[in-house]
Amino acid sequence: MGLKIEIMGTALLAQPDCEIDHHSAERLRAQIDAAFEKSSCRHIILDFSKISFMDSSGIGMVIGRYKNAEKRGGRLYITGMNGDMGRLYNISGLAKIITRTDTVEDALEAITNRRD
Amino acid sequence: MNKICVKMESLPENISFARVAVTAFISSLDPSVDEVSDIKTAVSEGVTNAVIHGGADYVSMNLSYLDRTIIIEIADTGVGIEDIEAARQPLFTTKEDMERSGLGFTVMESFMDDVKVESAPGEGTTVTLTKTLKNRE
Ligand SMILES: Nc1ncnc2c1ncn2[C@@H]1O[C@H](COP(=O)(O)OP(=O)(O)OP(=O)(O)O)[C@@H](O)[C@H]1O
Ligand SMILES: [Mg+2]
Repeated sequence: MGLKIEIMGTALLAQPDCEIDHHSAERLRAQIDAAFEKSSCRHIILDFSKISFMDSSGIGMVIGRYKNAEKRGGRLYITGMNGDMGRLYNISGLAKIITRTDTVEDALEAITNRRD
Repeated sequence: MNKICVKMESLPENISFARVAVTAFISSLDPSVDEVSDIKTAVSEGVTNAVIHGGADYVSMNLSYLDRTIIIEIADTGVGIEDIEAARQPLFTTKEDMERSGLGFTVMESFMDDVKVESAPGEGTTVTLTKTLKNRE
């Protein structure tokens, strides 16, 4: 399981490179949470451009990180989702609570344009 | 008609094996990329449930097809489900603390043609997933 984590201003950028299922979600969650807690970031950007597969364990993982960002008054952004993941994003209702952008740059721009 | 039975230890690392196994099994039917993705996701949901909720030592997966209809049976001999109808509702989960979203059955239902659940407390669970592949030109 690959995971790149980078701090970009007030946002923590996490770029996993694996299939997201129950097994990998547990490890992603642990590593992202550890980095987020250590940082003073408010927002989390999950870059899914290298994800070829995700199931409902991934949805749970995303919602959990969304809640962590919310606790710091921040938001969660998902970028680079492929078509399959887009279907899951809609079925799950994630679409209602989580902002989806095409690229990491778009997510960073959305964060800069926030008014709070 | 073709059939394969896989018995695996109930371990998180075997969930990806189950996805690879079903993908390989149906490949001779030349499914579309979308069909493969739907079936892989549904299998991942079923096997994950058996591993995390069932709690038995083994999960078995019977894969078969007749013409272009694929039938996948995922069975465990674990704790079983009390109220199947409630369990199938979107967002219903008994493991909220584990960050489960209660969407596994909803995903299986939206990605497959039919989802049958047989279960009783203490008697394990069998989920049968069916999908007929489109004819390819
Ligand atoms: N094989 C099983 N053995 C025992 N209980 C099960 C089994 N499969 C499902 N269940 C029960 O049905 C509920 C709903 O399952 P479903 O897959 O829809 O959601 P979940 O697994 O809780 O969450 P998610 O799949 O979104 O991570 C589970 O919480 C569990 O109580
Ligand atoms: Mg589930």
